[in-house]
Amino acid sequence: MLHTPSGYWDPLLWILALIVAILIAYIIRGFGRKDYKGGEQSKPFLSGMDIPDEKELHIRAGNIYWGFMEGLEGYYDIMKKIHTGVVNDYVAWFLGVSALLFIVILIVGVT
Amino acid sequence: MNMNWLLTHSPALLIAIPLLAAFLTPLIDRLSKRARNVLVLIVLITVEVVMIVLAWDVFTGNTHIYTMGASNPTATIPVQAAIPIRIVLEVDGLSAFMGLISATVSLAAGLYSLAFVRRETGQGRYYTLLLLMLVGMLGMEFTGDLFNLFVFLEILSIASAALIAYRFYRGDAVEGAFKYFVISSLGALMVLFAIGLLYGQYDLLNMAALAKVMKYTMLDKIALVLFIAAFAMKCGAIPMHMWVPDSYTVAPASITAMLVVASQVSLYALFRICFSLYGLTLDVTTVGIIIISLGLLSMFVGVTMALPQKDIKRLMSYHAISQTGYMLLGVGVGLYLIGKPEFSTYGVVAMEGGIFHIFNHALYKGLLFLTAGAIFYKVKTRNLNEMRGLAHSMKFTAIFFMIGAFAIAGIPPFNGFASKLLIYESVYCVSPILSIIAMLVSIITLASFVKVFHSAFMGPPMRNTKEGEVPKSMLIGMVILTVGIILFGLFPGWVVDHIVHPAAQALADQAAYIQAVIGG
Repeated sequence: MLHTPSGYWDPLLWILALIVAILIAYIIRGFGRKDYKGGEQSKPFLSGMDIPDEKELHIRAGNIYWGFMEGLEGYYDIMKKIHTGVVNDYVAWFLGVSALLFIVILIVGVT
Repeated sequence: MNMNWLLTHSPALLIAIPLLAAFLTPLIDRLSKRARNVLVLIVLITVEVVMIVLAWDVFTGNTHIYTMGASNPTATIPVQAAIPIRIVLEVDGLSAFMGLISATVSLAAGLYSLAFVRRETGQGRYYTLLLLMLVGMLGMEFTGDLFNLFVFLEILSIASAALIAYRFYRGDAVEGAFKYFVISSLGALMVLFAIGLLYGQYDLLNMAALAKVMKYTMLDKIALVLFIAAFAMKCGAIPMHMWVPDSYTVAPASITAMLVVASQVSLYALFRICFSLYGLTLDVTTVGIIIISLGLLSMFVGVTMALPQKDIKRLMSYHAISQTGYMLLGVGVGLYLIGKPEFSTYGVVAMEGGIFHIFNHALYKGLLFLTAGAIFYKVKTRNLNEMRGLAHSMKFTAIFFMIGAFAIAGIPPFNGFASKLLIYESVYCVSPILSIIAMLVSIITLASFVKVFHSAFMGPPMRNTKEGEVPKSMLIGMVILTVGIILFGLFPGWVVDHIVHPAAQALADQAAYIQAVIGG
């Protein structure tokens, strides 16, 4: 058991609770219709479009979280500009941070 | 050879054994490849076993001191002198903690390498450099001497750079190694300059002796800035992180797992300098805020930069930066609160969370990089857009990846959750915003690994890919880290009480660090 400032964390207890929850879910599932075999409701929904053959269906990594990246376009534009891949820039960032630390620790910092 | 002899000499042996084996490896390589592999494995297993024995003794309250070249290794100050002159190794709770990480990940990486680099040429040099990396890490962790710290930093950096360029026939590997070398050299120069400043002022190189007389003068402050900037860059803190994805991505996967630990050793050096060398003499509020800020930036920028990546190892490299942020945040809050009333309730827990996260990160990030290497081994690409359905043929790798992904995202009951919980609940004391950002970063981390799992493992099987799993030695390497993740996740209380707490205590208690070497 791991004690934290506001309580504790017991993974074994958590696993026990998870097993109980799964059992309850399994029991509830048992109340469902046994004769339900499919139909329209069991098909995946993709914005009303026809679904290609399930065996060939795969969304590539480049298309995942497209909306998130679009929403944060401004942020990612800045990030792309910063990450030039040029080692001279890496050194410049190091020197810049060092200069900032000098200012903060030598001038701003009060002992 | 009895246990006492082994315990007494273990700090020196842990450095000497892999060092000697490193130079023996190319010779044995000429005789037999199999004998070379056996030698490397025996050395890595020996280091792991001796490290466990030493660590257990240290965690039960015995700090180990070893004076190199002295007839009595525990006598740090020669009879004719008033200060430590020889190189002193000091293994306290934090050093032992870091040593365990280095030995464990090196063993997993060594086992994994047996099959992973089987088709490559120059394996003799590969294993020599791998052992030298281990020497560099253990040396940095054990040394109590500043100049010795610089020497081991250089050994680690040179061996790492050479291994990043191991596949020199690929242009990107040489480019990654070049960038790493430039950055490492710059960092090492700054460290050397800082050591020079302290030596010029105090005529001392021993850290405990220096800590005892530290006055926090203007020169000390300049040295501190150089130390912080250099080690923060070496551990990949944003905005000095750009070398990390460039180098981690192109190195062989087993070496990337070791590079993660190498970065954490720099983090260790940063913490050691702040807590054990400067201690309460420095302006803990200002330096604490600096480390917290570096941590927050690293967490947020690291994870948001990981999300759009399409190269699996580049994505994981950005996550490594992000996870380093948690460690900086936890220990930074500890430093910020040191000397304040909240330290005993929140500061210690924040430090324990940050330190616990170092071990957890080494395990799950090491595992994730090994799974990425396994994928590359099978499909010969790192591009996620060109992968799909690998779970059909690589069932074990898929399971290992899931465990690593759950752990890094802080999903219970895996180890990442335990250390993150300690961080969430303690950094809240400084500002609730810190906890909120930490939790937000965990959510984005999960989203990012869901993307990787879906892209690489789900969907229809790939055509033109060989069926079956990776070789057994690669699986065994992954199993070692997986077992660690599960055990640390299931028994976090035991781990914190017996391993993490002594490490945090060693870091916070500067007086004990000084007393172990100087006495009184």
